[in-house]
Amino acid sequence: MLMAKPIMSATKLAVQGVSKCFSTAAAIVQALDDVSLDVADGEFVCLVGPSGCGKTTLLDIIAGLTKPDEGRVLADDQLVEGPGRQRLVMFQESALFPWLTVFGNVMFGLKLRDDLTHAARQRIAHEHLELVGLGKFTHSNVHELSGGMKQRVALARALAPDPRVLLMDEPLASLDALTREQLYGDIQRIWASRHKTIILVTHNVREAVCLGDRVILLTGSPGRIRENFPISLPRPRDINSAALSNHAAQITATLKGYMAGEVAE
Amino acid sequence: MRRFAVASMFFAAIAGLWQLVVASGRWSPMLLPPPLSVMEYLWGALLDGSLVEAAAVTVRRLFAGYAIGVVIGLPLGLLTSTSQFFEDTIGSLALGLQTLPSVCWIPLALLWFGQTESAMLFVVIMGTVWSVMIATDTGARTISPIYARAARTMGSEGFHQWTRVILPASLPFLVSGMKQGWAFAWRSLMAAEIYVTILTGFGLGHLLHYGRELNAMDQVIGIMLVIVVVGLLADKALFSPWERFLHRRWGTGVRPA
Repeated sequence: MLMAKPIMSATKLAVQGVSKCFSTAAAIVQALDDVSLDVADGEFVCLVGPSGCGKTTLLDIIAGLTKPDEGRVLADDQLVEGPGRQRLVMFQESALFPWLTVFGNVMFGLKLRDDLTHAARQRIAHEHLELVGLGKFTHSNVHELSGGMKQRVALARALAPDPRVLLMDEPLASLDALTREQLYGDIQRIWASRHKTIILVTHNVREAVCLGDRVILLTGSPGRIRENFPISLPRPRDINSAALSNHAAQITATLKGYMAGEVAE
Repeated sequence: MRRFAVASMFFAAIAGLWQLVVASGRWSPMLLPPPLSVMEYLWGALLDGSLVEAAAVTVRRLFAGYAIGVVIGLPLGLLTSTSQFFEDTIGSLALGLQTLPSVCWIPLALLWFGQTESAMLFVVIMGTVWSVMIATDTGARTISPIYARAARTMGSEGFHQWTRVILPASLPFLVSGMKQGWAFAWRSLMAAEIYVTILTGFGLGHLLHYGRELNAMDQVIGIMLVIVVVGLLADKALFSPWERFLHRRWGTGVRPA
């Protein structure tokens, strides 16, 4: 039941002994303490934890946006030394550029790929807007879109340059429940058809169980990986199914146990 | 079209009111000429070419000084927004000099450059540079850091990031900063022209000045009108396209229902 799928052979991404401290005015915060994690090729991993457990910091370090104090990240056995388009990030707020149209936003990353012709870039951008169901909104302005549509554009923008790894930082947190459920379906469909390696950060346990091959539990101060729950439910998964709820309840209980322990300490 | 009609009626009403006040005879026509004699002056000045020439001289000075001011102020503003060193040095200098009314540069400009075009240009540049710089600095600081982060993950860095992310992201601030710079440039140039006679060209400010010397109130009011119109036209021509772009893309500028 806990076996990894056979297609996940090679290690796509390796986080090795990563620690990170932040100094604030009040104190020094140990955001991450000796965190290690292997992600297989094509695997969908969800990092779950309460606010302030360092999950976003971990994602930033994997993206290369933040440098770890100790430890290292390897992507395809290569040391991550800075951000790069092999590891694109989809942020919580859509982070779409308001000065560009929807199409311009999807083209932004593509234009930074020298190996593509202009025609190829345009074709890829159109394909990805179709993929997320926004083919009709190519020339819309960002402010004209709903929250869910914005996140779809962000997804298209992150996928279009064909990154090896997609990093998602609570991409659905600001959406209403119905839109979110729709996007669970879309994300699973796209993941299955594109064979991307995805790491998704969330504080929503059900979301993590719905999307992930594996749910990794983090707790804060200092940020540490506590448990690793393989999820073997068949796909596509429905967030409202009973089986999924059972898994989620179990993980939530474990999480609460750790949090109560922390308070006791 | 309806808006145009409303605006026209509004201004016609003002002219009518003006005419009524003149007709009341309470003030001497020397101090308050009727609208018609102002129109007459403007028509005459238009026909003999003095008005067009003066406007051309003024606008040329304004554009040259403003353009130089923006070219200097914009990169300086980007510089102070990124570097603590430049913020503490050039940034503080700009903040200080921005509070100095640009008329105060005229005596210095006259002593340095004499009664020349360079003196005019200098005053306009000093009027523009600091406010453009401060607006750019504010704009670049205010943009959400998430834009730069998103751009970096897509492989944008250095010059590309400045020109494709930081500058467009701060466009709303840049445009209002440029507008403010424009207003300052316009004011400082008028002050300079009224203050200083320069033989290489008589601008609108000079015509205004001579109107006073000759006690020609119709000329004074007429030129003031022209200055207002030139300012309005320049504002529309220079900034309206940008503002329309901003409103369309950012979805701003919508009146509350």
